[in-house]
Amino acid sequence: MFDGYTTSELMSIFAMQGFAGLSLFSVFVLMALGLAIIFGQMGVINMAHGEFMILGAYTTYLTSSAFQSYLPGLFGGYFFVAMLFAFLVCAALGAFVEWAMVRHLYRRPLDTLLATWGLSLILQQAYRTIFGAREVGVTLPDWMMGSIQVTDMVDLPINGLFVMIIALSIAIAVYFLMYRSGWGKKVRAVVQNRPMAEAVGINSAGVDRATFALGCGIAGIAGAAFTMIGSTGPSSGQAYIVDTFLVVVFGGAQSLIGTIVSAFGISQAQSTLEFFLSGSMAKVLTLLVVVGILMLRPEGLMALKIRR
Amino acid sequence: MKDSPVVKWFASREGLYYLALALLLVVVLPVMLDAFRLNMVGKYLTYAFVAIGLVMCWGKAGILSLGQGVFFGLGGYCMAMYLKLEASTPEATAIQSTPGIPDFMDWNQITALPWFWEPFNSFAFTLIAVIGVPVLLALIIGVAMFTRRVGGVYFAIITQAIAAILTILIIGQQGYTGGINGITDLRTLMGWDIRTDEAKTALYFVTVALLFVCLFAARLIQKRKLGRILVAMNTQENRVRFSGYDVAAFKIFVFCLAAAFAGIGGALFTLSVGFMSPSFIGIVASIEMVIFCALGGRLSILGAVYGALLVNAAKSGFSESFPELWPFAMGALFIGVVLAFPNGLAGLYQTYVMPLEERLFRRKPKTDGSQKAKATAPAQTPGERGKEYDPLIDQYSPEKS
Repeated sequence: MFDGYTTSELMSIFAMQGFAGLSLFSVFVLMALGLAIIFGQMGVINMAHGEFMILGAYTTYLTSSAFQSYLPGLFGGYFFVAMLFAFLVCAALGAFVEWAMVRHLYRRPLDTLLATWGLSLILQQAYRTIFGAREVGVTLPDWMMGSIQVTDMVDLPINGLFVMIIALSIAIAVYFLMYRSGWGKKVRAVVQNRPMAEAVGINSAGVDRATFALGCGIAGIAGAAFTMIGSTGPSSGQAYIVDTFLVVVFGGAQSLIGTIVSAFGISQAQSTLEFFLSGSMAKVLTLLVVVGILMLRPEGLMALKIRR
Repeated sequence: MKDSPVVKWFASREGLYYLALALLLVVVLPVMLDAFRLNMVGKYLTYAFVAIGLVMCWGKAGILSLGQGVFFGLGGYCMAMYLKLEASTPEATAIQSTPGIPDFMDWNQITALPWFWEPFNSFAFTLIAVIGVPVLLALIIGVAMFTRRVGGVYFAIITQAIAAILTILIIGQQGYTGGINGITDLRTLMGWDIRTDEAKTALYFVTVALLFVCLFAARLIQKRKLGRILVAMNTQENRVRFSGYDVAAFKIFVFCLAAAFAGIGGALFTLSVGFMSPSFIGIVASIEMVIFCALGGRLSILGAVYGALLVNAAKSGFSESFPELWPFAMGALFIGVVLAFPNGLAGLYQTYVMPLEERLFRRKPKTDGSQKAKATAPAQTPGERGKEYDPLIDQYSPEKS
């Protein structure tokens, strides 16, 4: 499939497709981080994760409309406010869902999967009722428009770069929160041995709720970032959920680094193949390879060494 | 004759439940409904095949497959390919630039029948493929996953990914599969027009007959030692393994069984609806199939039939009058069935209706020594009854999965 391209052309194609893949990578990382926290740390499958992301996107959309009408002078900075709002709204809903639903199902992970799928159906239809079935988009502030020209064949759009920076900073923040803070230590203690963690005085139910809320909040930020590179519709979240689960499982459920590596690998493979094959075949091929590798190595790329 | 085990079984409580279902499907519904509605019930029943498979696979053995739509679709597509070839005679397709191939291939500039379509000229091969192709795929997935001890949530996600892959593949390869529209305009089955009302009614009865074949097959398995091992594996996998059983082999078997049921259902679906499209096999369709099983009661094969009927009837009812409310109802159903009544309708029936039945019929405790007889003993309170083992509905164990 590389016939008829010179080496330098191939290099540019890889660079260009590689960058196009980076925006997919950012979305994957942001969604997968939230999922990896919830699934990796708590063993809970949140099928409504895509809908939490879309909730964040709608929050951003509403914030941008509010800034446009009431604070046009500060419009350039609305995104940061929106990101905060998106985090808070999604974390609050996440905490509520954990309280109402998920906490009853910790010992039945397959049932959580079904219950959160039901939640995702309800949320999707709620968005359709409130915001309409049409996709909405936000107006980008001026400073996010345009692109940086690296060479004469490679253009880097600023909004894509910005989203990637957000994705990486949140990944770093999550790393510090999970592995370098007292709260992260509590979360890991509960994961490793719940009764023991309770015995030393950790409020495990509270930790669960906070973890779930954090995961959902990160999904909200993912949604806010998502509005920068695409438009939002009621079922946009569902389009990503299977891919994101594969990213998490492929990376090794309890490894944040693994999640990022697998998000990178899957998004790059998909976007590079898209140039040479049709879009659907690129996706099929990528997913097949991932499923194939998972069948050979079920623990994922970077698994903790544990005895099973 | 009166003492023959078959007659005895039909007079037993479980046999009566089967008789009631047969009565409903063979007598009551055909008498009450017109041909159009009856065909719709037939369509719902094809989903019951999938639901029975899921009861065996998920309820009994604890393997949740979110990709049953794949097997349903493969069965359906095999049947649709045969019917399409039969409908695409050179005479019927004379206006095409290449007569004798399906119309969508002609639209996509394909000039010869692809190799994998060739065998579907034979009806015998199609019948084998309807079961064989899903079972083969299930076998590959099962061997790859279960021998490596992948289970639970991981298995669910991977089967879901397979459903996604197959849907994208079918939609993307329009020239070979009919794309998003699917394989449409199916007319005859070996010269027999399947679009008439009589044909649809006949197909309904074929569906009911095959449904009972599958029900009895599933019942046979769950009564045998095989079924007991499946349940044991679900709750205490390691103990079963340490007792010397090959857990992976049993899982592969039950997964293939579920795939075979789903394939049969899919083929009947194609026959009763008259087309097959990727929308019936994707992620959303596949996960809906789980709710048929969950609503009916994930441990009861009869419940699965009722679950498939009820959910689908509600779905078309809602879609006709309040289409925007259906996703809310469906979502609430998912949440409710998991949180409030994990044993589904069968569980509710056992808790609330069975005591009434006992009061009505004043059944004497049987002396055949089975625990079921103990469970129906009037001396026990309902709470105690819940702890007893009932062959129809096993207790749901929260520790599993």
